[in-house]
Amino acid sequence: MFKKLITVSAGVVLASGLAACGSSSDSGSGGSGGSGDITMGFAQVGAESGWRTANTKSIQASAKDAGIKLKFSDAQQKQENQIKAIRSYIQQKVDVIAFSPVVETGWDTVLQEAKRAKIPVILTDRAVDSSDKSLYKTFLGSDFVLEGNKAGQWVVDNAATNDVNKDGKINVVEIQGTTGAAPAIDRKKGFEDKISADPKIKVVASQTGDFTRDGGKKVMEAFLKSQKDIDVVFAHNDDEGLGAIEAIEAAGLKPGTDIKIVTIDAVKDGMTALSEGKINYIVECNPLLGPQLMDLAKKVVAGEDVPARVETKEGEFDQEQAKAVLADRQY
Amino acid sequence: MRDLGLRFVRHNLFWPTLALVLLLLLNLTKTPDFFSLRVQDGHLYGSLIDILRNSAPTLLIALGMTLVIATRGIDLSVGAVAAISGAVACTYMAGSPDESTAGRAIIAMTMAVGVAVLLGVWNGFLVSVLGIQPIIATLVLMTAGRGLAMLITDGQITTVNNSLFGKVSTGFVVGLPIAILIALAVFAITAVLTRRTALGMLIEAVGINPEASRLAGVRARTITWTVYVFVAFCSGIAGLMIASNTSAADANAAGLFIELDAILAVVIGGTSLAGGRFSLTGTLIGAMFIQTLATTIPTMGIPAETNYLFKAVVVIVVCLLQSPKARAALSVRRPSSLLAKGATS
Repeated sequence: MFKKLITVSAGVVLASGLAACGSSSDSGSGGSGGSGDITMGFAQVGAESGWRTANTKSIQASAKDAGIKLKFSDAQQKQENQIKAIRSYIQQKVDVIAFSPVVETGWDTVLQEAKRAKIPVILTDRAVDSSDKSLYKTFLGSDFVLEGNKAGQWVVDNAATNDVNKDGKINVVEIQGTTGAAPAIDRKKGFEDKISADPKIKVVASQTGDFTRDGGKKVMEAFLKSQKDIDVVFAHNDDEGLGAIEAIEAAGLKPGTDIKIVTIDAVKDGMTALSEGKINYIVECNPLLGPQLMDLAKKVVAGEDVPARVETKEGEFDQEQAKAVLADRQY
Repeated sequence: MRDLGLRFVRHNLFWPTLALVLLLLLNLTKTPDFFSLRVQDGHLYGSLIDILRNSAPTLLIALGMTLVIATRGIDLSVGAVAAISGAVACTYMAGSPDESTAGRAIIAMTMAVGVAVLLGVWNGFLVSVLGIQPIIATLVLMTAGRGLAMLITDGQITTVNNSLFGKVSTGFVVGLPIAILIALAVFAITAVLTRRTALGMLIEAVGINPEASRLAGVRARTITWTVYVFVAFCSGIAGLMIASNTSAADANAAGLFIELDAILAVVIGGTSLAGGRFSLTGTLIGAMFIQTLATTIPTMGIPAETNYLFKAVVVIVVCLLQSPKARAALSVRRPSSLLAKGATS
């Protein structure tokens, strides 16, 4: 009985192994032929926010539309899971690998393996920090510095109305993203670069809110008590801004009027608050990069040249624009 | 008189209380009106109220953790249980047609705490019946639980619009935050149950020697099981507070690392991780200390890059003050150096 079981299971393993070989050689020939049948392995960071979920949905939907076979994995915010997923894609001999690196460093080994297997790699949304630029074909994502620039520019452009208490100084408090994350570093820098143009504007306090509502709320509660005359809140994402709104309301002040708020992301909850007048300005960080990714994937597989850096199309919204686009916002 | 002073200094809670007071005073140097309170919309408003309100979840979990640690155990899954509790409550309310009614909120919260208690039963079963080491048994739920919470919320941040639910964390009764009143009520009940009955002594007995206490007729297994259910119950309520604070269930971030804060609160309060004697008042002071530390960082304007370092240094200093050896070294050196001075002069 036991022996029989072993034989049967060995048979199953063998068969599935053969099947795997068969399918991978299929996709291999499809790749070289360049005739439609592209297989993409995508290693997502996780599902930590509404932004990320929208990002995932966009990639899945546009893969279907573009006729690209998608193998998708969720790394639950862990680098080792992402590396495992990429290794398995290499073994399955997919035509192209795309992933959104959870952290900036530590990718050289696995990307080297992909390069040896001659599988092109596309980075989405976040960059890697590696001296060897040949390890990946291109980067598709947002320019976080530019996002910070736009937020800073808005504060400068609206300096007259942003000086809420008319004391000639604009005191900004900043709620940063997760310390050390690329978006937090770049958005902070981009913002500071722009506001330095106007000596009236000063960041009087800055602390991390970990990109969460709870974090944003607690940091803002402390700022409201320790800082005098806060005019503007700059939050690195919508969620922190939403937390700050609650803290401001609890202090008996009116968010958007008594204290101006500018954030980055433009997720649905943030846009709703913007249309209600509780946030004053949102710089978009577009998660819907699926269609652009599929275009790039086709070009890369066909061996065409692609730019080393492709930026997603992004806008920015004030309160009126938010009301107009809120109804058909997908995320 | 000097004797009284000495007794005061030698009291177990002297050093943690001193640390708490010093930390509060430190804030005064940056914000002179740190202690000032005013009435805002019919309730008290100020930094001290923030500390009380925000310390409630940690205090609740730390209370349960005190009893678990007293039985020589530990529960790492409290943060995940809190996340699940918040996820259950918010997902249920968001999915029902009459989302904002008080009735829905009560059903949702009862369900959430019920689920938390069930998870506690599971942890207690693993530890007391199957005899798995507490750190391993609860590690299972710590990792899997957050995944479970993500599954419930579908990976989204689930927002709800319910005024009663929102009040759990942001509401006020007679000018004080409801959250801290709930936590203090649980504190009082726990204190009465463990100090006015034999329960506290039995828990300590199990912690000191489970086998000996069993032979002496103490139902060690039942007691161990009960404390894990109790800590899960506390975590469930704490999870509701965390979700209520922003009226949203964030499965990914809610209660993240709160198990470490709770364990730290217990240790600062003078309860030994080796089990046995425990101090609920110490835990209360420990929880306040941790929240004060969290509020101090943005108040003092400590840069985001160094705030963990600041936290670490403060915690190390407090733990050193708590260590009998370090204290002995401090008190021995002083008289001996005085003697030495006397000898040379």
